[in-house]
Amino acid sequence: MKKKWWLVAFLVCLAVASFSPLASSSPDGLERVAEDKGFIDLGQESPFQIIADYVFPGIENEALATIVAGLIGTTVLFGVAYGIAWLVKTKASG
Amino acid sequence: MHIPDGFLNVATVATTCAVSAGGVGNAVRIANRKLGEKHVPLMGVLAAFIFAAQMLNFPIAGGTSGHVIGAALAAILLGPWASVLIMSCVLIAQSLIFQDGGLLALGANIFNMGIVASFSGYYLYRLVVSIMGESRRSQLIGGFVGAWGSVFLASVACALELALSGVSPLAVVLPAMAGVHALIGIGEGLITGGVLSLVLATRADLLKLRKI
Repeated sequence: MKKKWWLVAFLVCLAVASFSPLASSSPDGLERVAEDKGFIDLGQESPFQIIADYVFPGIENEALATIVAGLIGTTVLFGVAYGIAWLVKTKASG
Repeated sequence: MHIPDGFLNVATVATTCAVSAGGVGNAVRIANRKLGEKHVPLMGVLAAFIFAAQMLNFPIAGGTSGHVIGAALAAILLGPWASVLIMSCVLIAQSLIFQDGGLLALGANIFNMGIVASFSGYYLYRLVVSIMGESRRSQLIGGFVGAWGSVFLASVACALELALSGVSPLAVVLPAMAGVHALIGIGEGLITGGVLSLVLATRADLLKLRKI
């Protein structure tokens, strides 16, 4: 094992997340079908909002707010999945 | 393909929640037996990568966009049950923190993008590799095929849930969902193949980890 390869990989993930403002804002496949087939209005808002729609609240610049949301999410997911895997892993190595 | 709350009826919500809860429970049990020290950082990296990559919607035809699911990539590298765990982490965080995908619809979203996409991606990949051999080329083709199939089949599962919930007849929603996602799947296939080729070039040993 080379040392800390995953740290490099994690930094690459953060870099990927910082491209998020360039993402297409067109409806995705399911939203497109829901619009075309007339059931998009059935969708309900969440009862609470934390970082809704990947825009961090309170930041005026939307591109920056999206990048901040992306960096937070990427870091949270790395930590949560690493933590769960560490807790679940068997005692035997391999 | 994140289903919001309001699209699915109570029966579909209950069924998909029960199936997904069982699936995730089984994934934890299997990971507990097979997941070792070396898998741990890759679990974290894949969850982080899939979250980041899912934010990057790419345009496809007709004012529509798509994003990767990532389950096929995770399943090819770590095995389908590990992929179910990773996808569940991503989908739960997206629903709770980012309000992407409904809370009640979480069971259906984990079923479609976690269970269906992971297993179809993994076994399509294995099928291609078992036919074509273990070469780099066959692994990349297997990655493309598995990734495309995972998106296509996840969208079919989603269409079935929508039809069973009575929001749209199956004859309408199935071809619409499958058609759009047949295109989005090409993007998934290219990105999965690209990442696999990067892994093969830099850390080919990661592909040799025990599958979970």
